[in-house]
Amino acid sequence: MSPDTTTYERVLIRLRVNGEETEVAFDPYKTLLEVLREDLNLTGTKHGCELGECGACAVLMDGEPVLSCLAIALGCEGRSIQTVEGMATGARLHPLQAAFADCGASQCGYCTPGMLLTASALLQHNPEPTRDQIREALSGNICRCTGYQQIFDAVEAAAAILRDEDSRRVTADGAAPPGAQRSEHQVGLSAGRTRRRSMLKPAEGGGE
Amino acid sequence: MSRPLGVIGVPRRRVDGRAMTTGQTKYADDLMLPRMVFAKLLRSHLPHARIVSIDASRATAHPGVLLVLTGRDLPIPYGILPVTQDEHALAIDKVRFVGDPVALVVARDEATAADAVDLIDVGYEPLATIADHDEALSVAEPRIHDYGVEGNIHKKVSLQFGDVDEALAGADHVFEDVFFYEGNTHLPLEQHATVAHLDGGGKLVVYSSTQTPHYLHRALAKALEVPAAHIRVIATPNGGGFGGKSDPFNHEVAVAKAALMLDRPVKITLTREEVFYCHRGRHPVLMKFRTGVKNDGTLTAVHLRTILDGGAYGSYGVASTFYTGALQTVTYHVPRYKFQGCRVFTNKAPCGPKRGHGTPQSRFGQEVQIDKISERLGIDPADFRLRIVEQPNTLTANFLRVSTIGLAECIRRVVKSSDWSHRYRKMGRGRGLGLACSSYLSGAGLPIYWNDLPHSAVQLKLDRSGGVTAFCGSAEIGQGSDDVLVACVAEVLGIEPVDIRAVTGDTDLTPVDLGSYSSRVTLMMGNAAVQAATRARDILAEAVEKKLGVPRSRLVFAERRVFDAEDPDRGVSFQEAIYAAESMFGAIGTVGSYTPPKSAAAFKGGGVGPSPTYSYTAAIVEVDVDESTGWVVVPRVWIAHDIGRALNPTLVRGQVEGSVYMGLGEALMEEQAYRRLPPRLSSALVHKFPSILEYKSLTSLDMPEVFTELVENPDPNGPFGAKEAGQGPLLPIMPAVANAVYDAIGVRIDEVPVTPEKIVKALADQAAGKPARYGPTSFPDVSWPEALQVPPPWEGGDGHAKTSGVVLRDAPKRPPRSSGAEP
Repeated sequence: MSPDTTTYERVLIRLRVNGEETEVAFDPYKTLLEVLREDLNLTGTKHGCELGECGACAVLMDGEPVLSCLAIALGCEGRSIQTVEGMATGARLHPLQAAFADCGASQCGYCTPGMLLTASALLQHNPEPTRDQIREALSGNICRCTGYQQIFDAVEAAAAILRDEDSRRVTADGAAPPGAQRSEHQVGLSAGRTRRRSMLKPAEGGGE
Repeated sequence: MSRPLGVIGVPRRRVDGRAMTTGQTKYADDLMLPRMVFAKLLRSHLPHARIVSIDASRATAHPGVLLVLTGRDLPIPYGILPVTQDEHALAIDKVRFVGDPVALVVARDEATAADAVDLIDVGYEPLATIADHDEALSVAEPRIHDYGVEGNIHKKVSLQFGDVDEALAGADHVFEDVFFYEGNTHLPLEQHATVAHLDGGGKLVVYSSTQTPHYLHRALAKALEVPAAHIRVIATPNGGGFGGKSDPFNHEVAVAKAALMLDRPVKITLTREEVFYCHRGRHPVLMKFRTGVKNDGTLTAVHLRTILDGGAYGSYGVASTFYTGALQTVTYHVPRYKFQGCRVFTNKAPCGPKRGHGTPQSRFGQEVQIDKISERLGIDPADFRLRIVEQPNTLTANFLRVSTIGLAECIRRVVKSSDWSHRYRKMGRGRGLGLACSSYLSGAGLPIYWNDLPHSAVQLKLDRSGGVTAFCGSAEIGQGSDDVLVACVAEVLGIEPVDIRAVTGDTDLTPVDLGSYSSRVTLMMGNAAVQAATRARDILAEAVEKKLGVPRSRLVFAERRVFDAEDPDRGVSFQEAIYAAESMFGAIGTVGSYTPPKSAAAFKGGGVGPSPTYSYTAAIVEVDVDESTGWVVVPRVWIAHDIGRALNPTLVRGQVEGSVYMGLGEALMEEQAYRRLPPRLSSALVHKFPSILEYKSLTSLDMPEVFTELVENPDPNGPFGAKEAGQGPLLPIMPAVANAVYDAIGVRIDEVPVTPEKIVKALADQAAGKPARYGPTSFPDVSWPEALQVPPPWEGGDGHAKTSGVVLRDAPKRPPRSSGAEP
């Protein structure tokens, strides 16, 4: 039975969306997916099932990919959310976006936002993933069009660009390469893992 | 002046690539309009029942509800085919499957609409249900529909091209095999959505995730009794189609009606479960092949019988029935051919066109049977096929005109790249290779509503800004049709794709294109685009000739310039060329259109199968089979596709590999399957698993490495020589998997999907010394109509039927029962 909307008062929370402090009021039963699309007009985030089965709704919550269709928005107070609309820097596409467009990794484009965000989390943790690691990371994101090959190609191409950018940044300002920090996450993610799993987690933190 | 191609053939970012990767592509559910309200459908929970009463008073009184519609509000039937106008937006007297829409609630928000749906009281009188083709053939009452052949038989066809019995009697061997292909569904990631509203002038506007805005436009005009000229249908980019968004759907008609009544934007977005009920996917097909072969491997005749389980409505089913028997002759040379097909109604979600439309099922049977034949005759399956591939520039036994055919080259390519000769039958138990081939239409040669009008049209607008806009009614469903449109125009005009704006799929703004089905868009829209662009180029050339005094035969359009081939520095920019032309001739607009060549198949039923040209594919699949569990892993697939010419190789590769992916899903796991609930739960026939979680499809972990090769031999019928890529490459995958499983473990799985359970059963039979096979053993008796006799071309046939007491000698110009035919 769906909720009786007449008995609820809207709730107001603050969260950070694509780097901007945001206040949003919504019906308290809504998922993060619904709030993003319907209350914040960020329709770049898609839905294919609203049951946590397809990965189309993946966004980053505090840098980790989550299924926004399973995250209760009320639990996202104070969290930092990134959606596909926040990937580019100004008019400059994120290397993953450019690579997806160039490699044919988007056919109908509907799984693309979720794929992009899951892939960006992977590259944050692991700047030089093997193809098998890419397969694992994206295994919770269903694509019905491409057969995944061009998506793998795109993630590999973007990873190479990002590594190149990182190394140039090191040369320029002498700072530690971001990869050094990332490798800790990488160990954490894969340590003790006995079976393959996707990057996607059902609404961790959002369901509290 | 000809020059090397600049845009065509170059791997390139598609024109809509940036929008898709930034979240800017607006799918139907992304549209948010002021004052918008939301709709939900009440769907039947019974598979077959008479509607005795509907009481919507509680729903209407529910706070926030604006409107409740039931069947009586939309009494006019519609359907995609003129001969099967058997659908109502909301059921009137009867529901025919679990999920059949009964009422529509419009409310201030989705949750309120959902609440109110539960408040509608429907009185049903349950009827016995028909679960499969056996029941449909044997149970005449109750009838699911009151039309069709008789009982629950929807359609029967019987065609013979030469005396098949005689040819089989003269063969050295006759092979008889029965196969079953389970139904499966498209599973587009985007759930269907529609937004309808009235524009400022009071005219209806419908945005929808549809592959066929033109046919939706027609259906809305009919069902709503509104002139088509007062309806604007806009096909939003589809988040995947695969054939599943090609019918006019209940929700589209119902929300359009609601918008007309409320004068407010009304949106509906289906749940994933509802998408499974919309279906229109692969028909379950039982089939029997009798094939005569000589000792040298040449075929003498094929007799194919098919039974299609159509589900609850007609949909494209009459065409699907013909398609199960249309293309057997296009791949291999079949001197005599007989096809009998029968479609039945059952109380399940309606079947229709899914990628390959009707042809994958019998392609599976034919390719597995050829594997069996070649083994029995001791001929390598690749060599066997190379001996019998159809010849270029021929008419087949059933009067399909084959233009170019690159199948032999495709076979040679995959044989080489997979190292077939060293690995086939030599990989050891548990590992194997399987080969299969296919062919597919590059667009249906006839429209759904028979007429002499163009199948596709393109308009170009050029103005002094230097900009070019290309208008076409084609629907972008992810395949890249907008990119094809822009690429063809850019190539002819010598500018870049980014210089051109594509406006597509809008019945107000764009000329008609019939839609994204039958792999028709690249060929038909592409040819129309080339014609429109060539006409524009001619106008510009005339102006530049006058302006520069260079004869137009020497002018080259390239690199955003128009210049003298003999003195490249002498020229103008593309914008200057337009400026000159506009000042000399006034505003510049051109049109192009495409109508397929007339078919040679003049007999009744010959309307399904003809195409301007056919694509060809060969694929080799490698499998590892775990004998204890029956689990199949596919590590590698080699596939070669005869594309004619790849307009954008990046997109073609995506279509080919996406086909491999979808084909493997069908081969190994995807099933639109049903079960009966126990009697205490009503005995209803329900979908086994209407969810993405349970309807298994390949994830990134299951996808093999795919080695794709494109065979390019430009076809004179295609734009720049292009053929289709979206459907043909799917077809060989399923039989190649079954053939590979046989190579690996010596058991025949004559059924799709090839599941672990079936493999384990066949292995148990093998161990017990029984025939190592899983699959149907018999084909039911069907009282076939007298076959229409059409002598093949080499027996003096002219494409007309020879004798028949039942059917017309000539194909009618228009089907007599066509309602709403073109004026």
